Amino acid sequence: MKREEIEKIVKTFLVEEIEVDESAIAPDALLKEDLGIDSLDFVDIVVIVERNFGFKIKAEEMTDVRTLGQFYDYIESKVGGA
Amino acid sequence: MKRVVITGMGIYSCIGKNVAEVRESLYAGRSGIGIDPARAEHGYRSPLTGIVEPPRLKGLLDRRLRIGLAEEGEYAYLATLEAFREAGIDMEYLERNETGIFYGNDSSAKAVIEANNIVMEKRDTTLLGSGAIFQSMNSTVTMNLSTIFKLRGVNMTISAACASGSHSIGLGYMFIRQGLQEIVLCGGAQETNIYSMGSFDALSAFSTRVEAPTKASRPFDAGRDGLIPSGGAASLVLEEYEHAVRRGAPILAEVVGYGFSSNGKHISQPSDEGCMIAMERALQDARVLPAEIDYVNAHATSTPQGDMFEAIALDRLFGDSRPLISSTKSMTGHECWMAGASEILYSVLMMRHSFVAPNINFERPDDYSGKLNIATETVEKEINVFLSNSFGFGGTNSALVIKKIK
Repeated sequence: MKREEIEKIVKTFLVEEIEVDESAIAPDALLKEDLGIDSLDFVDIVVIVERNFGFKIKAEEMTDVRTLGQFYDYIESKVGGA
Repeated sequence: MKRVVITGMGIYSCIGKNVAEVRESLYAGRSGIGIDPARAEHGYRSPLTGIVEPPRLKGLLDRRLRIGLAEEGEYAYLATLEAFREAGIDMEYLERNETGIFYGNDSSAKAVIEANNIVMEKRDTTLLGSGAIFQSMNSTVTMNLSTIFKLRGVNMTISAACASGSHSIGLGYMFIRQGLQEIVLCGGAQETNIYSMGSFDALSAFSTRVEAPTKASRPFDAGRDGLIPSGGAASLVLEEYEHAVRRGAPILAEVVGYGFSSNGKHISQPSDEGCMIAMERALQDARVLPAEIDYVNAHATSTPQGDMFEAIALDRLFGDSRPLISSTKSMTGHECWMAGASEILYSVLMMRHSFVAPNINFERPDDYSGKLNIATETVEKEINVFLSNSFGFGGTNSALVIKKIK
């Protein structure tokens, strides 16, 4: 999956399902502080990512993911390239 | 002892999605019963149900506050929004003042079953999402409403089968009367989805009069063949009288008596004795004589046995005074966990607008209902005091007496 496609899918579910403010979405936005994603939202993001990308997020792989850009990188590392 | 009044009411049901619509339906004797084709496909013996429109809360409530609401919680949210609005209570008031909640609910089947289906398919609980737990618990309604409306007083769900809503009002009344709370939100919620009633249908307790759905619920009629499940939610703001006066709140009626009992017998078979004790206790608590009761909103669900036992008890208690009686379940179906609360709301509407809503489909009395004064049509009548009955599985009984404020 191409990077642009990953970003598009993530932006869409953040806005439509997690109801993040669209204007706050930027690669350097902090997931918690800027986008307001809390631990319960993250439980839902695990489900949405599995549905959209076909893999399960592992908490231990997410320890260094703090910005949206890093989140795109993480998903790309799982499904990118093809 | 403090006096307890009702200062706001809200409802979402099969006969109307707000108080004004419900009042019209009650006066017109309009049924909310229909057929749910999916029930037949699911193997239900009866596809009859109260038809409640699915609420749409997106845009009305933030995602985080919405996601824990099961279907019955969505109904309860809308009913509560209306009740607080009518009572003149806004978010600013709720943030500054302690308010309690007792709400009747006794299942959240859809949330439980759907979550289980996901786990069975994925074999992984982390794919359930964050809302499943908050939707699945019996206390789903109170845990969500207390969060949404920032309630900081007593907070719990009353699970007492088909008397849940009535007991919630009884307990709210007791808490305020004792001076423990000034305002308690009371009510009852009932899911209407396909998962919620299969096990009840298994008892062959539901009417199968599918050729005429609006004729199927016929409490007290000799030709009754079972109840029709229904649902939605009804909310009532109970408030200490002086507090309501100081606030300039609309005072709709006064709660003056609560009676309860448990049959201590069969799990599903009702008892005239148990009904009697609850009604007598409510009247004693209210210091009201049977002859002073102007109207009885009967529990009568349209089952052969239940209606018979209640008719026996009503005849024994009221004898010659023969107050007007109707079962609004003839129009709404059996709103189960919600019924005890919605039926107080229906009866308060009748009291405030001086009419008795009809017990529709009561065409032929049987040996027991023939002794009662059942309203077959809408009757214009001043109501000063009414009694409302609610009985449930396990023999739990609740009766409430409500008085007009003069």
